[in-house]
Parts: sequence; C-alpha cells; structure tokens
Amino acid sequence: MQIDWFSFAPIPALLGGMILGVAASLYVLLHGRILGISGIISGLLHPSLSDAGWRVSLVLGLILAPFFAALFFGIFPIVEIDSGWVAIIVAGFLVGFGAQYGSGCTSGHGVCGLSRLSPRSLVATLTFMGAGFVMVFILRHVIWV
Amino acid sequence: MKKHFGLISQFAIGVLFGWGLIISGMSNPQKILGFLDLTGNWDPSLAFVMLGAVLVGLGGFYVVSKRSEAFFGGALHIPTRRDITKPLIIGSLIFGAGWGIAGFCPGPALVAIGAGHLKALVFVVAMLVGMEICERFFQAHKKKPNPT
Repeated sequence: MQIDWFSFAPIPALLGGMILGVAASLYVLLHGRILGISGIISGLLHPSLSDAGWRVSLVLGLILAPFFAALFFGIFPIVEIDSGWVAIIVAGFLVGFGAQYGSGCTSGHGVCGLSRLSPRSLVATLTFMGAGFVMVFILRHVIWV
Repeated sequence: MKKHFGLISQFAIGVLFGWGLIISGMSNPQKILGFLDLTGNWDPSLAFVMLGAVLVGLGGFYVVSKRSEAFFGGALHIPTRRDITKPLIIGSLIFGAGWGIAGFCPGPALVAIGAGHLKALVFVVAMLVGMEICERFFQAHKKKPNPT
C-alpha cells in the first residue's frame, strides 16, 4: 500500500467530519429524524403535504451550501468529475437503486448508523465500502478506464 | 410560526452538512475515489472524516437515546430494526458499486449541483430513477420504506 501524501489532508477531513457529526446530531435532537440524505430525497418521489416542505428545505440547504460557503468564508468547493456521461448515469442509477433497496447511504448508515451503534448500519457500511473498493480496483487496475 | 422555524432549521442543517462535506473534501468525487483506490495511490482522508463524524455523532445520539421526543416537539423517528437482511446486503453492494464508479453519493452530488456541475444534476436524476424503479418493482410489498 502506498499513501497519497499529496492529497491526504487529515485535519480538514477530521474538522469537516466533526461538522457532519454536529449536523447529524442537531438534526436528530431538534427534528427527531435520521439525517439520511437518500431517504430524505426518495421521500420526495411521492411527497405528502405534511413532509414535502421539510424535505425540500433540507435539500435546498445542501444545494446552496457552496453559495453560502463562498459568501461567508470565501471557500469554493473543489469538485473534479472525471467520469463520462454514461458512467455518471449508470453510477447514479446504481446509487439510487442500492440506497433504496439497502435502506440508506453514506449519511444514514455511515454517519448516523455508526453513531447510534446500529448493527444493520455497520454491516451496510462495511458492505458498500467493500463494494466500492472492488469497483475501483476493477476500473483502475483491471480494465483500466 | 413554529412551522416556519422548523423549515429554517432544516435548511440551516442542510447548509451545515454541505459545509462539512466541502471542508472535509468529500464533495469532490476524486477524493472519494482516492480513498476507494486501496491498492493504488491511497488517500486515507475519508477514514478521518468518518472518525470525526462518529465521535461527535456518538454524543448526539447518546443524548437522544435518553429522550422521548425531539426538542422541537414531535415523536422520534429512529429505526429500531436490528435484523441483517438480504435487501440490506444486496442494496449496499449495489450502492457501493455505483459509488465506486463515479465517486458520488447522494449528499455530495447535491452539493456539486450547487457548485454548478451539470454532471452532478444528471447523476441525481439517474439516482431518482433508480430509487423509483426499486420502490415500484422491488418493494411493492412495502407501503412506506423506512430509511436506515
């Protein structure tokens, strides 16, 4: 194993991670819900009058986060997307299908699930990380796209 | 009045979560793929993101476990299931495969839309299609899917 010391940034990672933890904690403390982005979005596919508003508010907050980061702190997010259009569409479909079928994603199972010591979320997190490792290995080291 | 306050709070928490993704670097698919590329030039950053998030989250969820309702009132909607099921495993395998292709998961993709990336928007549309097809054809028995 070889560490990418150029990209590896433990301090921002830890700090940003703690902010994710604060957001997830505030969410469950104030609103009584798990901050699981996939579940919050999928609920918008068949919205009910009572919960469409808060789901949209949270999604809008995420979308406008870069705008407010630029406005308040002058921080602009780095987003490098190397995948082609077909890969993007296939990836999006699999992520949506898998999160729906597996009842959660990196936020719901990863951040929140591990924080509440859920055995289901631990299994889910290890499983999707394992699948991610295998997929990147295949794409980068076996078929080389 | 209280309802509006709740919506503003939801919005603010969305912004805060987005900031966490931006600061940690997780809004960048290349950082995710760098973590998932174990045998290549490995970037361990994501492990530190999870560590930071869970250290804080453990405290938050501990406080919640001592309560019977949310601070803004209303019931707690916290999953109680503990059974490891086939859909949990298969769904997570599929999710991880998609995650490994583009380096995007739902939260960072939304942030990337706000940063002006058309590909992130296409990703999210494809994701919604995937969710809908799953719900319609593979979870027809389920009335309302309960996330996490």
